Amino acid sequence: MSTNQSEIRYLTPPTVEIKKKKYCRFKKNKIKYIDYKDPEFLKKFLNEQGKILPRRITGTSLKYQRKVATAVKRARHIAILPFVTDLLK
Amino acid sequence: MLNHYETVFIATPVLSEAQMKEAVVKFRGFITENGGEIVHEENWGLRKLAYPIQKKTTGFYHLMEFKAAGELVDKLETQYRRDERIIRFLTVRLDKYAVEYANKKRSNKVETKKMED
Repeated sequence: MSTNQSEIRYLTPPTVEIKKKKYCRFKKNKIKYIDYKDPEFLKKFLNEQGKILPRRITGTSLKYQRKVATAVKRARHIAILPFVTDLLK
Repeated sequence: MLNHYETVFIATPVLSEAQMKEAVVKFRGFITENGGEIVHEENWGLRKLAYPIQKKTTGFYHLMEFKAAGELVDKLETQYRRDERIIRFLTVRLDKYAVEYANKKRSNKVETKKMED
């Protein structure tokens, strides 16, 4: 019995530990400018209510997170993206 | 000092094609007459708005990219505000990366057009 238990304890943790490391997609793909006219791309950084997702979820670096934010805000101003909504995507 | 700018405006959907063209000609003329140089123009046509503006759900989008001195932007935006046909506008300065991106996008478009032909 005791050996069984130890095996179970040994088997479970690795599946939890294997997490993909987040990375900044702009740095990786060398994107220097974020276009506010491209709603499909910007939607990757919004939740379904149209709110901007935090950096801790998308993994974007601070420099580009600021640029994402301005791009989204510009897109909202010219009615390409909504300010508030339900079920975006 | 010349800067690179990009301006998008939304005109009311109640305009006819001819009236829309007239508005475009007016603003294009305004930029060139005041020492600006049009680099690129794009007509997106009638598009659905993400939210209603002045109780309208659609609008004519038009984009212009131009080089000009900074004072022109103020004048241009005053013109936009005075014009009843314009329901929304946005003018942004393009930095070097943005200019690069715009040029790249344009050359890609030309290539795809050629492919289609």
